Amino acid sequence: MNLFQQQAANRRRTWLVMAMFIALAIFIGAGLDLYVLGQGGRFIPVGTIAALAIGGGQSYWSLQRGDRAVLLSAGAVPLDEKATAATTDDDRLRYRQYANVVEEMAIAGGVPPPRAYVIPDADPNAFATGRDPQHASIAVTDGLLATLNREELQGVVAHEMAHIRNLDIRLMTVVAALIGMIVLVSDWSLRAMRFGGGRRSGKSKNGGGGALGVLLFAVWLLAVILAPFLAQIMAMAVSRSREYLADATGAQLTRNPLGLASALEKLEHASSATQSIKRGTAHLCIVDPLERRLDNREGRFADLFATHPPMAKRIEALKKMAYERA
Amino acid sequence: MALWIVLGVVVVLVLWAIGVYNRLVGLRNQTTNGWRQIDVQLKRRHDLIPNLVATVKGAMEFEQNTLTAVMEARSRAMAATGPAEAGKREGELTQALGRLFAVAENYPQLRATENVKMLQEELAGTENKVGFARQFYNDIATTYNTARETFPAVLAAGALGFQPAELFQITVEAERNVPTVDLSMKK
Repeated sequence: MNLFQQQAANRRRTWLVMAMFIALAIFIGAGLDLYVLGQGGRFIPVGTIAALAIGGGQSYWSLQRGDRAVLLSAGAVPLDEKATAATTDDDRLRYRQYANVVEEMAIAGGVPPPRAYVIPDADPNAFATGRDPQHASIAVTDGLLATLNREELQGVVAHEMAHIRNLDIRLMTVVAALIGMIVLVSDWSLRAMRFGGGRRSGKSKNGGGGALGVLLFAVWLLAVILAPFLAQIMAMAVSRSREYLADATGAQLTRNPLGLASALEKLEHASSATQSIKRGTAHLCIVDPLERRLDNREGRFADLFATHPPMAKRIEALKKMAYERA
Repeated sequence: MALWIVLGVVVVLVLWAIGVYNRLVGLRNQTTNGWRQIDVQLKRRHDLIPNLVATVKGAMEFEQNTLTAVMEARSRAMAATGPAEAGKREGELTQALGRLFAVAENYPQLRATENVKMLQEELAGTENKVGFARQFYNDIATTYNTARETFPAVLAAGALGFQPAELFQITVEAERNVPTVDLSMKK
């Protein structure tokens, strides 16, 4: 697969998972309304609507305010401030280079330059945030600037620019809101059944009925119980596929997949967790800021809950792109 | 009834034609803008060069030829008219700069000068910006051309004044193999 096919395949996969997500949410919501809350004459899906409203409100808030909250919690400092305050020539040069690289990648992506931030943390990492390319920010740690050369830094910034251009931040925000909604509905359902389960058996449901109805109810009950896990697993699948996509789009911007590949190799060996980046931001980072990345084996159960694909696979994919370009 | 169907079809067709037209206009504007971006970055480069030459002049007095070559290539590039000539002259300027940096490698005290390092970074950044601006222009121009040449837009595109966009090509053979100047900060 070449770069563009990889991107196309990736987008299809994202849409598939999103469709499954929405289907799961609606299925659980409809079940709540049908089996648990019950209804008189007309069918009004109160539970589903309420959950959708709460989920929508949450995602609206985080789209409007989320980027500032994330930058604040990571202790990110605007690059301008950092550059002015820099005392050594090395630092000045480094910040200038970072500013240039950000501008370069914005030009390559045909998007306005995002605001650049520096996080005073010695562990190399980077993330992007913002609801659209016009309101985007990129933050890198001091450790990253110190570890990577220009080409590698370019690869990392291109990866972040790709997250911005592919609207991944918006996507993951929507995913987070959907998870919230699913968890909420499943929680409501379980509570309602515990306290008011009698209603269901008493009325024995209008449509459906019979063996099919019982089966459907059983499936729904199972979905309610498993929903929080299922949602998490699907969200992480989206996150991982967007990481591959950002790697591929980033390589399209720099036309130099090896820059990012070599950066990832260096980041892989930086062994500690990034202290200043909180758990909720993990899916926005270039590498998983938690300790999880230390474990590079594949196919384990824990992989289902990883925000990032295994480093070795990402590097391999990038090297393959480089090989096919040559 | 038949009238309504015909009317419906016409409305759909008109809406669709508007959509195609607007997409072409959008892409054409992006293409034009992409072209201007290249100019912006080229001008930045032209502005930086006198600075660079002034900074290294003292340390590199034995390399007058190299310095003069850069300045001359710069004036020619600035005087160039038309995309084809501009492309050629800019390519020559890139080469002249490449030689300057290659020669500068022989002057360790020069490389150690912070001012020079900063200027090198600026120039490397500007070179990259020129390159990426061209790359973006080519990408967007290709998208525009494809949209323009795809059936059925191709039937009306010419009549509506959508000219094909010319792609940027590397005109100087040697520019393909620019001597790689390593400006990275090695650790």
